[in-house]
Amino acid sequence: MKWIGVVLLAASFLLPPVFAGDFYVNLASQILIAAIFALSLNLLVGYGGMTSLGHASYLGVAAYISALLTSRYGFGHGLAAIISIAGTTGMAAFFGVVALRATGLGFLMITLAFSQVLWGLAYRMSNVTNGDNGIAGLTRPMPFGISLDSAVSFYWFALIVTVVALLMMTIFVSSSFGSSLKGVRDQPRRMAALGFNPWMIRWITFIYAGFWCGVSGLLYVYYNKYIHPTSLSITSSAEALLGVIAGGSGTLGGPVVGAALVLLLKNYASAYIERWNMLLGLVFLFIVLVMPTGIVPGLNRLARGLQGRPQ
Amino acid sequence: MTPLASGYALEVINLKKAFGGLVVTQSVSLTIRPGERRLIIGPNGAGKTTLFNQISGDMHPNSGHIKLFGTEITQFAPYTRAHFGLSRTYQIITLFNGDTLEHNVTLGLLGLRRSRWQMWRPLSFYGDLATEARRVLDAVGLLHLAAYPVSEIAYGEKRRVELAMALAQKPRLLLLDEPLAGLSNTERSQVKSLIASIPRQTTVIMIEHDMDTALDLAETVTLLNYGRVIVDGDRDAVIADERTREVYLGA
Repeated sequence: MKWIGVVLLAASFLLPPVFAGDFYVNLASQILIAAIFALSLNLLVGYGGMTSLGHASYLGVAAYISALLTSRYGFGHGLAAIISIAGTTGMAAFFGVVALRATGLGFLMITLAFSQVLWGLAYRMSNVTNGDNGIAGLTRPMPFGISLDSAVSFYWFALIVTVVALLMMTIFVSSSFGSSLKGVRDQPRRMAALGFNPWMIRWITFIYAGFWCGVSGLLYVYYNKYIHPTSLSITSSAEALLGVIAGGSGTLGGPVVGAALVLLLKNYASAYIERWNMLLGLVFLFIVLVMPTGIVPGLNRLARGLQGRPQ
Repeated sequence: MTPLASGYALEVINLKKAFGGLVVTQSVSLTIRPGERRLIIGPNGAGKTTLFNQISGDMHPNSGHIKLFGTEITQFAPYTRAHFGLSRTYQIITLFNGDTLEHNVTLGLLGLRRSRWQMWRPLSFYGDLATEARRVLDAVGLLHLAAYPVSEIAYGEKRRVELAMALAQKPRLLLLDEPLAGLSNTERSQVKSLIASIPRQTTVIMIEHDMDTALDLAETVTLLNYGRVIVDGDRDAVIADERTREVYLGA
């Protein structure tokens, strides 16, 4: 039963370029980018028990660094990507030291505060970031000389990166370290008594999540060829968090499904309903009421129930 | 291993802890020899668990010192103390509810191994962890439940998992916080023989209210009241003491 879900999910990602038009292929690319974003946030929220409301910081900063380096300082895409990811990861290491002084609500507020500072800077430091106008006229990289300018070629590129990201994060959470992380989420005090260093485990995870969020930020700026301060806003962070919770935090498929749901509602429903946020709210409410643990765990339970196996 | 500089397994020197105006540990000093079985008794609110929490590092004392096998550990984090051979169980059961018994004990083993930092190999790669975890579960008589999640087993069995997690670490000093609390008579005797079978390399300090069982296990007894050591010494001497009768055993 579980494999059917995996195959369906895989097929839905392999098929779009075959018969769908550019609009849908582009939509699928955006879903992939949002999926990496949500997966990295899920490392914190689902596996680490650290609810962050400022995760868009890493997406936005990675995107801005790459945009500035390539458009203003004439860097090549390869070097710009490396600097951008390294910078974002370093920023996560620093923010982590401050935010992890607290847990729970305190942690959430510190991450929110950091992201608001960055969002404010992006707006106000207009000599660097071009403020509300954003940075336009960016280009996509050409890995191994292959142009990514068409919708389909970019989609394949994004798909490869997403698969690698999903694989790496799967390995991360199934490792011994992943067990330590889940233990610290559930019983931090007991874990400390057993010899685990809860702070260090959380910090390393925070940095790793920042790294992958930076990767999604790079894809984001490549895709849009444009970057605006809203990518750093609380709305951007909250949408990702919504996706993680709706899809099922602490599962690997959940954030992918949740991110897809949020993006589809945003792009598809907004064509018909002006107040798409209201619709998103209703859908979210429905999920929380019917499947409190999220879509993926909910469907799993449903499937087990249909097979008559005990839960 | 650290050499036995002072010859004591645990030394608590002039320990003080207060929550605001409420003094819960008042100039407590204790010495415990390697291999000793010490029972700590006292009425509710005497500061027994608070003392344990300071020894294990969950709480910091306001003043005083704690030495573990001669090493000053007063400022050490709880996880550092674990690596110095200290293990504990909790009065309120603190297990990983969604995980299997085997995984619970495995975490106990993993905590002291370098492989806890390993980020690319799955936990199942370390087959010896699972084997060892199952051996420990067998020792506490729970091997048949190894694959069950903690949430599905009975209360008495959870108490034994608490013990198994600590024993898996082969600690040099083991703190047992009411290991018999809430157990039936049968379970009580099971856990009693389990504690009696702990090898002498492990020093055991136990808080327990069930005097019938606990006194059989103990060699020495410390009586606490209002955060002070009232009587301290060999079991029979402490039990015979006038003050023990007055403060604890009562009528």
